[in-house]
Amino acid sequence: MSAIEKNKTTVDGGACGAPPPNHHLPDEVLLDYASGAADEGVSLLVATHLTLCPICRDRAAELDALGGELVENLPPADLSDDAFAKLLARLDEPGSEPAAAEPARKEQATDDATLPRVLQRYVGAAAQDIPWQPLGLGVDHVDLSVEGGSRAMLLRVPEGRAVPQHTHEGNEYVLVLQGGFSDAHGHFVRGDVEASDDSVDHRPVADGGEDCICLAVTDAPLKLTSLVGRALNRFAKL
Amino acid sequence: MSESEAAARPEPGPAEHAVWMRAVAEERSRGAFARLFAHFAPRLKAYLMRSGSDEQSAEELVQEAMMIVWRRAESFDPKQASVATWMFTIARNKRIDGYRRNNRPELDPEDPALTPQPEPMQDDQVGVRQTAEAIREAIAALPEEQAEMLRLAFYEDKAHSEIADQTGLPLGTVKSRLRLAIGKMRGLVDDELR
Repeated sequence: MSAIEKNKTTVDGGACGAPPPNHHLPDEVLLDYASGAADEGVSLLVATHLTLCPICRDRAAELDALGGELVENLPPADLSDDAFAKLLARLDEPGSEPAAAEPARKEQATDDATLPRVLQRYVGAAAQDIPWQPLGLGVDHVDLSVEGGSRAMLLRVPEGRAVPQHTHEGNEYVLVLQGGFSDAHGHFVRGDVEASDDSVDHRPVADGGEDCICLAVTDAPLKLTSLVGRALNRFAKL
Repeated sequence: MSESEAAARPEPGPAEHAVWMRAVAEERSRGAFARLFAHFAPRLKAYLMRSGSDEQSAEELVQEAMMIVWRRAESFDPKQASVATWMFTIARNKRIDGYRRNNRPELDPEDPALTPQPEPMQDDQVGVRQTAEAIREAIAALPEEQAEMLRLAFYEDKAHSEIADQTGLPLGTVKSRLRLAIGKMRGLVDDELR
């Protein structure tokens, strides 16, 4: 059975569904997402994790509620005198009524069980049709177009393969979408996020059984620290 | 209800806000919409100006946010969020959509990949209104330095890395202080709701 079929079984597997992930997003990242300060790459990572993690959905909802309370507590600013009159005039424009404004959402042709919809919008393909580019040592990637300081990509690591040992100048967030990997910090499977900063020097190894597909978001280039890795640094733009 | 009747009433709270939302959704009531506008529009403008909009764009964003409120009133779910929270998220998203090519990435609630809540978590869901109340009390009870970090994040649109730049604190320190502040807030909220 292919990875996609396996995931379908989980998704359709009755009321229980997949268990929630074990590795979550740090609070300061959820806060940046709630406040709107997170850039597009980090926001994409958060939205994808929230799709797969009911626990972080609750945590994120609590931070939205914090934002609501903080705004409720702000001293009100004076609006221009005709603000409401202008708004009323706009309510009469065509398209202001719900039926006209919100056409029913069409099912996405690319729906598949590996990539949550918010991510499909950036990949533009279902998991089996991703236009992979080789990155070296058997690892493939595809860059996702995001604005802001972060870089976002999908990574595919062949089952059982190790990624060269590396550290990061900034933060790296890796979210597992298919398969899994292990490093000194634990075992990560679908829905789990590993957050690493410049203090983390790790060598992730993909699980056996199926290729590991991850969404990786970095806010600075990573540095390969192993001998092979150091040689790779010169030409791999990862 | 006339203007003077409205003025004679005590300051309306979250319960009234939810009633107005329902009137907008079900009856397309312009009166209820006017009350929502009177309460929230000046606060949304204050929020937008603090997070970097000039006066004119703040007014325009408030107009657009309130148009969304009118159009999508039916999608407001009082079991998911308070009206204040819903309004905040609409204004926040409008602000982001104004400067980005793409809309803010958000999960699709209809996504077949959405992992559902495990049953035990569904059981101990607390009311939105109690949570909002508990959060308000928690903000008031937080040590000033921690409350200030949360306000900096929400009002001034500062990512934790920018807070580090602005305050001159090392990034790791900002992260741990934010985690502490949020952890403390969550703890206070949980105590309040228990």
